[in-house]
Amino acid sequence: MSTSIGKRELDETGRKLLERAMRGREEFEDLVIVPIFAVIVALILGALVMLATGVDLETIGRSFVALAKGSFGSINAVSETLTSAIPLVLAGLGLGLGFRAGLFNIGAEGQILMGGLAAAIFAFSFPGLPSFLLIPLALIAGALVGAIYAGIAGVLKAATGAHEVITTIMLNLSSYLILIYMLKRPYVQVAGRSDPVSKSVPPAGELPRLLDWLDPNLRLHAGLFLMLAAVAFVWWVLFRSKIGFAFRASGANPDAARYAGMKSGLIIVAAMASAGALAGLAGAAQVQGVLWRATPGFSAGIGFDAIALALLGRSHPVGILFAGILFGGLEAGGRQMQVDAGVSIDLIGIIQALIIVFIAAPLLVRALFPWGFARAPKGGK
Amino acid sequence: MTAVTTNPAAETLEGSSARRARITGGILIALALLVVFVLDVGAGSVATFKLTTARDAVQVGDLVVPGQFNYIAAAIIAFLGARQFLRGGGKWTSLSIGLGLALAVMAFLVWATADKSFNLTGMLQATMVRAIPIALGGLAGVLSERVAVVNIAIEGMLLAGAFTGALLGSVLGSWLGIVGAVAIGGLFGLMLAALVVTYRMDQIIAGVVINLLVLGLTSYVTSQVLAKPEFRHLNNAEVFRSWKIPLLGDIPVIGPMLFNQNIFVYGALILVAVATYYLFHTKGGLRARAVGEHPRAADTLGVDVYRTRYLHVTLAGMVAGFGGAWFTLGSVGRFDENMTNGRGFIGLAAMIFGRWHPVGALMAALIFGFADSLQQKLALLNTPIPSEFLAMAPYLATIVVVAGLIGKARPPAADGQPYVKE
Repeated sequence: MSTSIGKRELDETGRKLLERAMRGREEFEDLVIVPIFAVIVALILGALVMLATGVDLETIGRSFVALAKGSFGSINAVSETLTSAIPLVLAGLGLGLGFRAGLFNIGAEGQILMGGLAAAIFAFSFPGLPSFLLIPLALIAGALVGAIYAGIAGVLKAATGAHEVITTIMLNLSSYLILIYMLKRPYVQVAGRSDPVSKSVPPAGELPRLLDWLDPNLRLHAGLFLMLAAVAFVWWVLFRSKIGFAFRASGANPDAARYAGMKSGLIIVAAMASAGALAGLAGAAQVQGVLWRATPGFSAGIGFDAIALALLGRSHPVGILFAGILFGGLEAGGRQMQVDAGVSIDLIGIIQALIIVFIAAPLLVRALFPWGFARAPKGGK
Repeated sequence: MTAVTTNPAAETLEGSSARRARITGGILIALALLVVFVLDVGAGSVATFKLTTARDAVQVGDLVVPGQFNYIAAAIIAFLGARQFLRGGGKWTSLSIGLGLALAVMAFLVWATADKSFNLTGMLQATMVRAIPIALGGLAGVLSERVAVVNIAIEGMLLAGAFTGALLGSVLGSWLGIVGAVAIGGLFGLMLAALVVTYRMDQIIAGVVINLLVLGLTSYVTSQVLAKPEFRHLNNAEVFRSWKIPLLGDIPVIGPMLFNQNIFVYGALILVAVATYYLFHTKGGLRARAVGEHPRAADTLGVDVYRTRYLHVTLAGMVAGFGGAWFTLGSVGRFDENMTNGRGFIGLAAMIFGRWHPVGALMAALIFGFADSLQQKLALLNTPIPSEFLAMAPYLATIVVVAGLIGKARPPAADGQPYVKE
């Protein structure tokens, strides 16, 4: 009897040691190989969808060339890619931060709308301010309102246990209506228009374009630096600061975090508010950098794409940055594809969704491509 | 949906129920004050509600309500609130809230129609119609969450059903359109089940992904194929007309609401009845609920947890597919990109509001449908309340319910958790 137990313990230790050695390899697989497989398979399936809708092979080839050209093929393409990536990455960082803290925030869409609206209102309310004050203050207004809007869900969860998925969905649905209501107020609406459109952001409040010395049509704006700074800042918060440790601890094991003396309610509210601030910043950057005004539903699904982004980037700031550039590239390339090959840009939505299926279900990718991985998947992981 | 997670630090059972009684009492008293001061109708004016139109077989006179009604309503609400505040709690809580809200809504209608006339029956009929996709979405949610699979994908399943209904309905006729919509809904249900049961993907992520995938696929095919002039005929299905049940359809008010509707309304009512009977009065339903509450125990007793989950999530998808067909075959006959427009999420809210019960989900859907049609009619009556706030009311009410401020909604115990067989 005792020998058999000893043997089992030995096996156990051996397995653990092996696992420790394997771990680097497995993390590499999860972080690099799975996403690469996911993108390739999604593109192949995208081609199959095109075939199924009667697009001939030559056009499919042309559309992939256009996709590549439109995303990274020229200076204009790169500019468009990065422009699309800015709000995606900012909102994605917020969602990733929430995921790390164990919060599933579906509400980025509403937080973007509220933040963008706040930035627009602030900017046209103080047209006299100089740029170096107006730009940051309007951005801060957007972040603040986004934080408050997300904070509602955080406070409700902390105080009553209301699940953030439901509350943020409801806050999203409400935000569309609040936006339309606000856009119809005489103070906000452009004079002489009957449809709900806000007044324009004054030139002093616009994020300056970075490449207009090359070509005035290049839309890349200073939000790029905001995005990079946010990536660095979120990385520092998550992995180097005390509050970030509290976020990650309560995300990984809420009970343990509580027993360690962390205030769970406070952490939930802080994490939700930070996520909302980043989403609000995304909305503000979009309004001040690209759109210059707020219109109904101007977020155009960025908040939902950002969920996909945060998953793809594994809730790691650097991963989210790369995922955002990938999605921005798909977005920009998709527009080119529509022009060059006549294939609808909605195909990009399919490809993005497929990428996430494969990313979020690594077991599925491992089942599809067993040869790409070091060892067979074990059930129960 | 795991709407209420236990928060040990927050409350003891006793304290929370007393607190809730005070909150509900406070809300009712505030409501009474609102009715008295904001919805104040001059004593001389009357509100006229039309119950029948000239074409109806049975004629009933108009319902004429004098302005004093609002004072009486306010008094009753205030009494209920005060009782709740002082004595509080118990089985009276939900009843008081329900009665108070109903009276407040009536007072609101009287105020809005003061010195005007308003087609009440028409609005109730519209309420029923608008409630249908929400009710079917909610029922789909009940079916899958009762076996502990969170179903955020209802929105996508509705959209898939709407698309398939329009496409197949145009080619093969409307009946086969419904069959196709149900089948596609079931297919996405099966996909959700496979992702979360077999591949153990996070349930919320799986739902979000299915929504994105369906939105992408349907939008792509619509803009790539159906928008072209030579394929227009593929997106032009015949709409199901309403079918009046003889005799019953002639009853004033109730007749047009319940017995003079199209197949989707009848179908939804039957499905709700069947689902209620199945879940709460049959062996299969008991087993399904056991899987949702305590899968390990159910497994020990020989219930196949995986198969039960697969089956019910697929069924939920079929119900949602049927509900999706309403958007095209029951309403306009053609598919537009993203035409469900968040109705699936509202269905999810209806499920929570209805406390994971099919009949509850239907009732909640009716409330949402009522708010929706009221908001449309109010534009005609020129009330000073912005229609956006009225449209928002159901969402805010859902948040209030989820937060447990009024009544407590308890999800199935194992909701959202994957099950790993040992």
